[in-house]
Amino acid sequence: MAILVTPQTRVLVQGITGSFGAKHAQLSLDYGSLIVAGVTPGKGGQFFEHGSHKVPIFDTVEEAARQTGATVSAVFVPPPFAADAILESADAGLALVVAITEGIPINDMIRVKSKISGGKTRLIGPNCPGLVTPGEGKDSLGGCRIGIAPGYIHKKGNVGVVSRSGTLTYEAVWQLTSRGYGQSTCVGIGGDPVNGTSHLDVLKMFNDDPETEAIIMIGEIGGSAEEEAAEWAGAHCKKPIAGFIAGTTAPPGRRMGHAGAIVSGGKGTAEGKIAAMKAAGIAVAETPSVMAETLLQLWGKL
Amino acid sequence: MNIHEYQARELFQKFGVASQKGKAAFTPEEAEKAAQELGAEQIVVKAQIHAGGRGKGTFKNGFKGGVHLCKTPAEVRHLAEQMLGQTLVTHQTGPDGRLVKTLLVAEAVDISRELYFAILFDRETSGPMVIASTEGGVDIESVAEHSPEKILRIPIDPFLGIQPYQTRKIAAALGLRGPLMTQASKLFTALYRTYIESDCTMVEINPLVVTPDGRLLALDAKFNFDDNALYRQPAIVAMRDKAEEDPREVAASEFNLNYIGLDGNIACLVNGAGLAMATMDIIQHSGGKPANFLDVGGGATKEQVSAAFKIILGDKAVKGIMVNIFGGIMDCNVIAHGIVDAARETGLTLPLVVRLEGNNVEAGKHTLAESGLALLSASSMADAAAKIVAAVAAA
Repeated sequence: MAILVTPQTRVLVQGITGSFGAKHAQLSLDYGSLIVAGVTPGKGGQFFEHGSHKVPIFDTVEEAARQTGATVSAVFVPPPFAADAILESADAGLALVVAITEGIPINDMIRVKSKISGGKTRLIGPNCPGLVTPGEGKDSLGGCRIGIAPGYIHKKGNVGVVSRSGTLTYEAVWQLTSRGYGQSTCVGIGGDPVNGTSHLDVLKMFNDDPETEAIIMIGEIGGSAEEEAAEWAGAHCKKPIAGFIAGTTAPPGRRMGHAGAIVSGGKGTAEGKIAAMKAAGIAVAETPSVMAETLLQLWGKL
Repeated sequence: MNIHEYQARELFQKFGVASQKGKAAFTPEEAEKAAQELGAEQIVVKAQIHAGGRGKGTFKNGFKGGVHLCKTPAEVRHLAEQMLGQTLVTHQTGPDGRLVKTLLVAEAVDISRELYFAILFDRETSGPMVIASTEGGVDIESVAEHSPEKILRIPIDPFLGIQPYQTRKIAAALGLRGPLMTQASKLFTALYRTYIESDCTMVEINPLVVTPDGRLLALDAKFNFDDNALYRQPAIVAMRDKAEEDPREVAASEFNLNYIGLDGNIACLVNGAGLAMATMDIIQHSGGKPANFLDVGGGATKEQVSAAFKIILGDKAVKGIMVNIFGGIMDCNVIAHGIVDAARETGLTLPLVVRLEGNNVEAGKHTLAESGLALLSASSMADAAAKIVAAVAAA
């Protein structure tokens, strides 16, 4: 089953003709994902060609979705235009928008989030690596890869991974795959302070997904999303969860790369998050080197 | 990004936020002229640096205090002569201090009440929030901790903006009645416009003062801006004073590298912000002290890796380097060549531990092994951290 997307999910790419969007559309096609449309205003009627693939390009998301049956959009549009791109996909009625773009102004995202909340479109990101539901093939080919994660490190299986950070997600996934444990779905929710989907949202989906048997949750300093997710998990989650929080050594008041990774006014510290997770029965990895190992121990696999 | 106090006042003037009269001066002559124009009974002269603790600071020429009260333009000029072009050391500047290039010459106002007013981006509500308190002029975080009932929080609808009834509600809670309520409504509305139109993440007025003659004034302000929005705020970008920033961070930003200097001695070079933080953590966990945060990004080029090495090596406290790359899409061999070239160019003699994982990793490891450089390869993040901590301890 997996969550959010399956290998059958039909995906469109906003910004498919930009260099970043084009490169990752190609990698997704190589992975076997159904990239069925591209959207670049002014280039409607052209095609995005890659190997034997010929993906039609449309001027608007609405046309692309209607003519190709796409239900999910990947947004690779540059920051000044990204908020508009997300709103366009929500207006077209897509089920899911995955915003990869890094650097969208906070005030833009505040309005986007406020506008789409309560509607039928779920937003993941922005400033995120996207999501992967691994496929059955060699190196997990044949899965659904939306965004910028390396596909080949995955393996089809039963661990759900949710994280604010791209490379830490890859690290966890690779540790799992190297030990023979695959993933149901891996979701990067992004490093911005205003995002569409939280750790808690994803934990609830993993909890309800029959294919997911165990969960790795990776967080970092800033905000209180990890604490909220942990509190819910302690009371409701039926599945073993291991976690890791980055930023124990980060100085307060400094933004650590991600716009949302900042300890301010004594809030959002790694210590507070780790304590909340431990109190909820989540096994917290001492170092990022042992994320998979920590889960496998809790899960009774070691 | 931070701005100077005199620049904050410029923003206030632009948006109509009431504050005391004042002017920036770059020479003693300008300072004297500014004082004449003010025509105030009492004048305050303030050194313009980003660090706090100015009043109790000392200039390297022996002159005491970065903030002075005086009465005549001649006195202002005399003060300016001793402050401009001199280096001010405060408890926040470190021993190097900061060069004072600008003074703020302002009307010194008498104060009957000190209040607190801020607008900031609130993560929990994903929107702007007003924070107000009758306890101004003190550290607001300690007020929040010891008497939370004295802190008023009003969320603002991002589509409506601050509404007149909300400004009256805040004014009433602050005890601003009669003519002061009208002034408060105007000031809060103007400040909200400043916040939104300048893409701030925080504007803090502490203190917001009531004078004995019945004026409401924003006496001191602190601004934070959204870095993501600077592309559409050229007037704010023009206020950036690079001399006030860590030179290593300025150099890094020129190469689109995310660098933050810390006080340890093990430098790290990593791809991805989360992994970069985790690398600092694992260095500390292994008994070392990280010298920096450095994220070279997902698509780092050879030039960026080389620039990153130079910035790291510019920090004389650094005694060893740990490179931690998870090359998902990026080719580990390209990174390996970048490391080898950078190490050669910079004549690296410090211990270097490299952990590569991911795409084309075998070729990358081969490149490192064949380079003839005295670097150590690591099989995992934990292994890399242990090796660099041991190497630095042995050196």
